[in-house]
Amino acid sequence: MVAQNVAFWIFAAFMAVGAVRVVTTDNIVHAALWLVLVLAGGAAQFIILGQEFVAWVQVIVYIGAVIVLFLFGIMLTRAPMEAEEKLNNNLRWPGLVAALLFSGTIAWAFIDEWGNDNVALTKPVRTKEVGELIFRGYLVPFEVVGVLLLAALIGAVVMARKD
Amino acid sequence: MSHLLAIDLPGGWQTTLGIKTLIVMGLIPVGALVLGYTFLLKMMSHMQSRVGPMDPGGFHGWFQLIGDGIKFIQKEDIIPAGADKRVFKMAPAVVVMSTFLMFVVLPAGPNAVVAGSIHNGIGGIDVGIFYALAVSSLSVIGVLMAGWASSNKYALIGALRAAAQLIAYELPLVLAVVGVVVQAGTMNLQGIVFAQRDGEIFGWGGIGSPYILTQFVGFCLFMVAAQAELTQPPFDMPVAESELVAGYMVEYTGFRFLFFFIGEFGTAFVYAGLAATLFLGGWSIPGVEGEIANWVGPLVLFAKIMFVAFLMFWARFSYPRLREDQLQSLAWKWMIPISLINILVTGALKVAL
Repeated sequence: MVAQNVAFWIFAAFMAVGAVRVVTTDNIVHAALWLVLVLAGGAAQFIILGQEFVAWVQVIVYIGAVIVLFLFGIMLTRAPMEAEEKLNNNLRWPGLVAALLFSGTIAWAFIDEWGNDNVALTKPVRTKEVGELIFRGYLVPFEVVGVLLLAALIGAVVMARKD
Repeated sequence: MSHLLAIDLPGGWQTTLGIKTLIVMGLIPVGALVLGYTFLLKMMSHMQSRVGPMDPGGFHGWFQLIGDGIKFIQKEDIIPAGADKRVFKMAPAVVVMSTFLMFVVLPAGPNAVVAGSIHNGIGGIDVGIFYALAVSSLSVIGVLMAGWASSNKYALIGALRAAAQLIAYELPLVLAVVGVVVQAGTMNLQGIVFAQRDGEIFGWGGIGSPYILTQFVGFCLFMVAAQAELTQPPFDMPVAESELVAGYMVEYTGFRFLFFFIGEFGTAFVYAGLAATLFLGGWSIPGVEGEIANWVGPLVLFAKIMFVAFLMFWARFSYPRLREDQLQSLAWKWMIPISLINILVTGALKVAL
């Protein structure tokens, strides 16, 4: 259990540094690349929890697709090499307050629910179990989400096309 | 062998992954080198009647690759003045890292596999093939980093083409694999090998059930998509040398260029390995059972990888380049619908039979 705790704090430190750099860097491409560090840290935390499938979904969807889409969009339009002044704005203090409120609420909810309980880490969750949950227990929500995403996709195409 | 590759520390499926990764990091460049040596230089020389690469050192130009290596190492490491230095330096490493990470999951024998046997009985990462495809998508980020940080319009255009192509062909690649996963009932590559070894074709199990027979459509889709993921001809729009110089690699020299080169051939090696494992039965060969399979397995796997790589490079040296719109419409209008139909038919037959 100790090894997992140490690994958690190491990855958490990397994620925190990455997250701060995402909002403080003046270069928008650098911001997207720092975001890779944060998301990869998230995947690593899932691995520590034994959730292999979720971890690699995080990698393939967020790093392999979302970040690539960010970078692709930035480079297709402007591809700025230099830092930009405009990227910083004077919303730092409201942002800090919002972040503190959010993390405070989450922390309060977790402490209120579990407190000092020792949450036992079980063995890694098998992909088969995840699949059975999705396609047996949660089949209808899964299909509904699928249809919703399809509608969003078609909607985006319709809105983006001028002709 | 069994203890070299599958180090079963109690309860430590994370640590074993790290150890295996270290071993593999030594193995891949060697594999890539063998692949490059045997196939790129010699096959290309023979198929295209090239004289140069057949000359150095005498017999079939055996010194050519070593000479190339020496040349790359002694070249000056130039970084363009306008480049984003840190990102520029990091990009080749990201591409090579993605290759290294993919290599980890390839099983080479009943026990020569990344550990995990404590939890699932047969070893191997449970999400096996999904993991390999997930880390393969990381190389796109390296390519985009290289293209952007070079501060060169050819490099940027090449990177954008590469990203568009890699995203487009990742879908048929994943969907082609789904057919195999449905038929085998597992995503664990070791499990897929066992399913092929112990399988039967209409009640006859003499050669097991290599999925190239039952999933031939999937095999063809996988090979075409892998070719596109490697940005090899006929899918080499991103590095089209006659219009973009060398695409995203244009500003790289010396060892950093060699990194891209190793990444390219290493990835070809890994995709050949995945195809061999998914469709040709991996390390298994009829008639070899028990402990001896740990020793024969890697050789069998290597032979199968070389065969698949031969097909890949044969196509590479035979076809002219596809135009960008042809390339995209092949992926979206042909390969994805065919792979969806393949999944549907596989699923229906799996339930029916």
